[in-house]
Amino acid sequence: MGKCVISVNVNGKVYERTVEPRMLLSDFLRHELSLTGTHVGCEHGVCGSCTVLVDGMTTRSCLCFAVQVDGQNVETVESLGRIEAMHLIQLAFWEKHGLQCGFCTPGMLMCTVELLRNNPNPDREAILEAIGGNLCRCTGYQNIIASVERAVELLQTKEEAAS
Amino acid sequence: MKPAGFEYERPGTVEQVLAALDRYGEQAKLLAGGQSLIPMLNLRIVQTEHLIDIGRLNELKYIKRVDDVIRIGALTTHNAVMTSELVRQSCPIIAEAYHHVSHHSVRNRGTIGGSLCHNDPAAEMPLVMNLVDAALVARSARGERKIAASRFFGSSFSTVLGADELLVEIRVPSQPAQHGWSFQEFSQRKGDFALVAAGALLTVHAGLCRNVRIGYRNVGPNLFRLAKVEALVEGKAADAALIAQAGKLAMESVEPPSDLHADAAYRRDLVKTLTVRALGEAIRRAGH
Repeated sequence: MGKCVISVNVNGKVYERTVEPRMLLSDFLRHELSLTGTHVGCEHGVCGSCTVLVDGMTTRSCLCFAVQVDGQNVETVESLGRIEAMHLIQLAFWEKHGLQCGFCTPGMLMCTVELLRNNPNPDREAILEAIGGNLCRCTGYQNIIASVERAVELLQTKEEAAS
Repeated sequence: MKPAGFEYERPGTVEQVLAALDRYGEQAKLLAGGQSLIPMLNLRIVQTEHLIDIGRLNELKYIKRVDDVIRIGALTTHNAVMTSELVRQSCPIIAEAYHHVSHHSVRNRGTIGGSLCHNDPAAEMPLVMNLVDAALVARSARGERKIAASRFFGSSFSTVLGADELLVEIRVPSQPAQHGWSFQEFSQRKGDFALVAAGALLTVHAGLCRNVRIGYRNVGPNLFRLAKVEALVEGKAADAALIAQAGKLAMESVEPPSDLHADAAYRRDLVKTLTVRALGEAIRRAGH
């Protein structure tokens, strides 16, 4: 089986790798690039844990081959913040206890990133629609919804301070 | 949960795709959005020698009106169709049914053509295309043909497309301005596969129902319309008694299968309930 040379921009950095076409984007990120922030849950598109952005749109990285994103832009949870300098969406999840075990969190965060870029002031219905495809077995979802609502507030406060 | 190996290619034009299909025949699978095919590859329900990636054929991504027909390129994503103002105005049942199609991230990549060709027995769009009398345009190295939606879909996961054919366009006639529509579905969670789905289209003239169409999904391997129920409602005054009678007749007319998620009796009940809801809502909307 032939291999493919691909070049992918991940979080602003271009990576060139030779991969088997059957390699999933989730495995490409974790095994080839050591970006293990993207979590792999079900590996058949049910749980949403592995959600990343491809050219700005949420994509389940287990339902996408790495070769398909050749030449495209991928954003993973590593593009957000770090423990000492959290992204405001991460801060909101921390404040509102939007996670317990944390396994679903990277997917929840990336869905929130896409939602708030396209709709900075979502109503509750829009939030449910955005995260509704992602499973969480700890929180019962209510704190995740509260976290997204808090992220809206934090981002708006930042926006007002900047203007 | 890892796919078996395959040879991959990404042709740049429709012509090149048709040449590749002509070359490989049954040995090739087309990859559009991949939201059904990749899980099946991951689970090794499907294995293929050649995977032909058509996901970047921008020439098949469009929604436009030509005369009274909406033409949708086969590789248009679900989200693009769902949010299209043109689609919502000309054929609102499509937009309504899309609220039951999986989740936002899946609709970001999944395509309308992919879903129609996959023909999952629980999928919404094949039923909607039958109800609205869409035509599906397929192309191959041999030429092009137009297939009525009523003849396109076979049993579960099958269509009349040959191994060398590519679905390129879906043509949806604009619905009459004052028609009524409704798409009803019951699933265990929002975005899950339908246990049963029902769609209804009709018009009301002088208080009487006309052009009645009602069809069902996941009540068996094939999508179907119930001619008996359509005939019962056709030409009658649209009142609660008639709708209740239609629900009962629908329930008596189906032989649903049992599976882990719903037994036959439960599905039959759903057919009755969703028939009543779909007809009721379509009648309310007609003329408004």
